Amino acid sequence: MATTPKAATPTEFIATPRSFLRRWTGADEIAHLITLIAAAMLLLIAALLVYQLWIHSAESRARFGWSFFVTKTWDPVAGDFGALPFIYGTLVTSAVALLIAVPLGVGAAIFLAELAPPKLSSSLTFVSDLLAAVPSVIYGLLGVFLLVPLMRTNIQPALKKSLGFLPLFKGPAYGVGFLTAGIVLAIMIVPFVLSVSREVLLAVPRDQREAALALGATKWESTWKVVVPAGRIGIFGSVFLALARALGETMAVTMVIGNNPKIAASLFTPGYSIAAVLANEFSEATGNLYLSALIELGLVLFLLTFVLNGLARLLILITTARGSGVLPT
Amino acid sequence: MSVRLAWRKSLNVFMLSLTGLCALLTVSALFFILGYLIWNGGKDLSWSFFTRLPAPVGEVGGGMANAILGSLKLLLLAALFGVPIGLLGGVYLAEFGGRTVPFLVRYTADLMNGVPSIVMGIFAYALLVMPMHHFSTLAGGIALGIMVIPTVLRNTESFLRDVPRARREGSFALGANKWRMVATVVLPAASRGILTGVLLALARVAGETAPLLFTAFGNRYWSPGWMQPTSSLPVIIYTYATGPYEDWHRQAWAAGLVLLGLVLITNILVRAFLTRGTAYERS
Amino acid sequence: MRIVKVLTVLAVLLAVATFATAAGQILLNAAGATFPYPIYSKWFDLYHTSHSNVQINYQSIGSGGGIRQLLDKTVDFGASDGPMNDEQLKQASVPILHFPTVLGAAVPSYNVPGVQVDLNFTPEALSGIFLGKVTKWNDPAITSANPGVKLPGDDIVVVHRSDGSGTTYIWTDYLSKISPEWQQKAGKATSVKWPVDGLGGKGNEGVSALIQQTPGSLGYVELIYAIQNHMPYGKVKNSSGIFVKADLASVSTAAAAAAKYIPDDFRVSITNPEGKAAYPIASFTWLLIPSKFSDPAKRDVVKDFLKWALTDGQQYVEGLSYAKLPKEVVAKELKAIAQIQ
Repeated sequence: MATTPKAATPTEFIATPRSFLRRWTGADEIAHLITLIAAAMLLLIAALLVYQLWIHSAESRARFGWSFFVTKTWDPVAGDFGALPFIYGTLVTSAVALLIAVPLGVGAAIFLAELAPPKLSSSLTFVSDLLAAVPSVIYGLLGVFLLVPLMRTNIQPALKKSLGFLPLFKGPAYGVGFLTAGIVLAIMIVPFVLSVSREVLLAVPRDQREAALALGATKWESTWKVVVPAGRIGIFGSVFLALARALGETMAVTMVIGNNPKIAASLFTPGYSIAAVLANEFSEATGNLYLSALIELGLVLFLLTFVLNGLARLLILITTARGSGVLPT
Repeated sequence: MSVRLAWRKSLNVFMLSLTGLCALLTVSALFFILGYLIWNGGKDLSWSFFTRLPAPVGEVGGGMANAILGSLKLLLLAALFGVPIGLLGGVYLAEFGGRTVPFLVRYTADLMNGVPSIVMGIFAYALLVMPMHHFSTLAGGIALGIMVIPTVLRNTESFLRDVPRARREGSFALGANKWRMVATVVLPAASRGILTGVLLALARVAGETAPLLFTAFGNRYWSPGWMQPTSSLPVIIYTYATGPYEDWHRQAWAAGLVLLGLVLITNILVRAFLTRGTAYERS
Repeated sequence: MRIVKVLTVLAVLLAVATFATAAGQILLNAAGATFPYPIYSKWFDLYHTSHSNVQINYQSIGSGGGIRQLLDKTVDFGASDGPMNDEQLKQASVPILHFPTVLGAAVPSYNVPGVQVDLNFTPEALSGIFLGKVTKWNDPAITSANPGVKLPGDDIVVVHRSDGSGTTYIWTDYLSKISPEWQQKAGKATSVKWPVDGLGGKGNEGVSALIQQTPGSLGYVELIYAIQNHMPYGKVKNSSGIFVKADLASVSTAAAAAAKYIPDDFRVSITNPEGKAAYPIASFTWLLIPSKFSDPAKRDVVKDFLKWALTDGQQYVEGLSYAKLPKEVVAKELKAIAQIQ
């Protein structure tokens, strides 16, 4: 990994040659302009994206205002729309996913960064990167035909038996629902937690752990009490990044969440997420208000992931102190 | 040995093995997914799967030839639209940028990278499908192309920056001006890394379903030209997997295997061969 | 610059591959109801076989989607099992014509472990289940209509549509007619706010899949989906107090009564009709055709296809368990085709 970006920005050494290559600078300017236009295209697209979401959700925003976020009803007949069940479903499934994925991902990252020999570490990281490349719809496919039946016949009844006293594990076992969607999401985001956490841990200076070991700490103690706290902020960053992923994940969730706008404590309940309702209802919403409400949901999702991503990158930047790092996508 | 020390030592062993187990679990997920797909989809990969059109609903047989070609066309459009913008934008950031604009572009690219794909679908629908009054390959390709830009752009920038300063200066010393230096020295030096980024970005959008639902839509037949709706592998997997017919399920597995195979092979080849000897590997 | 070369070669190849098929082709895009999807896809395939230059690409995204995409003018024509309402018709830039194509039935299909027989459903039981008042399979509302059948005490898992659906329209239209409480709480539409917790499936395809996968479930699907997927479905008590199973005869009977006084715009509901043999949850399904086409070639294809579907096409209908249109309706429609310009 490159440690720091090249210190000199190219503008510095452009000045000298330019003086004796004056007749060519016209070409340079054109090249500058062309590349600038390309870069500006990205800004333009981003601005257009926000603009489109904003104007197309105008009707819904005007009609419902802030109450959109606290209303539970989703009634296309009466034209009464509230985002709460979808926001709830999105947050609950993401929370379940994080609860599973963070310990798993950070644990694996510790192993890869601290214990595994470099060869093994890099090949395992390679596999984990491949896992991150598996398309969402494939996870959905396995979710529908493998995980859902397994949840219904084995996992949910077992949870009900052992932990049924908790409100989290009550109600009929449908197979689909918040818990199933959360598990699928967890598998999907583990690679992100893993690869970012690993890099963060690797960036912790060697002498810190050596100091701890010299003081008589075991390997685990030096890792857990020195290295992990040192990379804490970056690990948080990886968690936010994974969270942003989970919030916006569409296909796999749509296929296993149950598609039912409902708020309930039990994780067995079939629910709905913002991304799933968009996938299901966007192309068939009749009536402008209905469509506008859906686009406002899209706007909400966009803003949520926008904020989280910004935060995540800031945190990772702080720990790895590496501006040009290519983060996993 | 005191009890305390024994406790610390066994905790050490226990926790360290636990982290190993975490790593094992994560990594084995990939092999499990791949194995399960081969198990379920492998037997249904036949010649007709690759060469025939879908059969009428509820009838057995048919293939996905149109979806495979549709996916290829979408990817081609995504590359044609997204790669030049990403590439040139990356050159701008690495070679020409000043202070404020590059910061803005870089930040926007990172954030655009995280925009949920379903939101991209809505955006492309509002921007292209509604005004043109047509679902089309073009709209789907551009939706995917937009998703390619941030990755290619950031990746290009980072590889260009890694080109050793000595090589640039050598070129300057020979009297080249800036754009020639970039075109003849810097870009070729970074080309492997850039190509890696491009291919990985394309492999990623190849599996995207959500942006295509309202743009490329679907088609039971071949989709001639670029202005007609088209079938695509990810969308057909989604439709078939959530449908009731046995035969659809079989074909969804087979299509899933093809899609995953393509994505993984691209990833493996690119990561194994192209990254070798580039700045990425060296550092 | 190898990338550029590779891309160029690919582009040429693809262009050749794609434009080669394009000469002289007429392509129509249509979207909408999943309810008649099996027969439509059969029709469009047969029509393509006999008119090889015509391809009609039909995407079954749901009736709500058919209406919406037609209004957005992203498709050439739509399809729905619930007629468009006046407000929707007003939004259209050119008047939209409704053409009934076949008749179908929405059936209560279920997956109750150990129960293989056809269950009987009273209107009260169905409305009770969908209002969330009847929650167990052994509720008296169900058992009283099914003497001799041993029903488990399991929860009823209601499966409904997650997308805008004409099948939902038919189902809720029926429930609204038989239950004032339903009429008031939910009403009839292509998507409603369900008073009961349940699972949402996308399309008749998705609901069928969910019913098959979920023990204890009950949902509504178009008859052909239940038959093709070997799913059990129940008899429903009609307005004469007789339990009737959905089949060609009982659906046709329901239509025959309506055929005599079908309105000029063909928008008519035939749920809960009179007649001892009539199945109560049946409906026409419509193609939604704009009255004006800017492209005369497309217009001619649509007119020709409609004529074919209403006459020769009807022979394939019963093979897929839909009921043929009554003769009076066909005659009236053939005249209405002239309105398409």
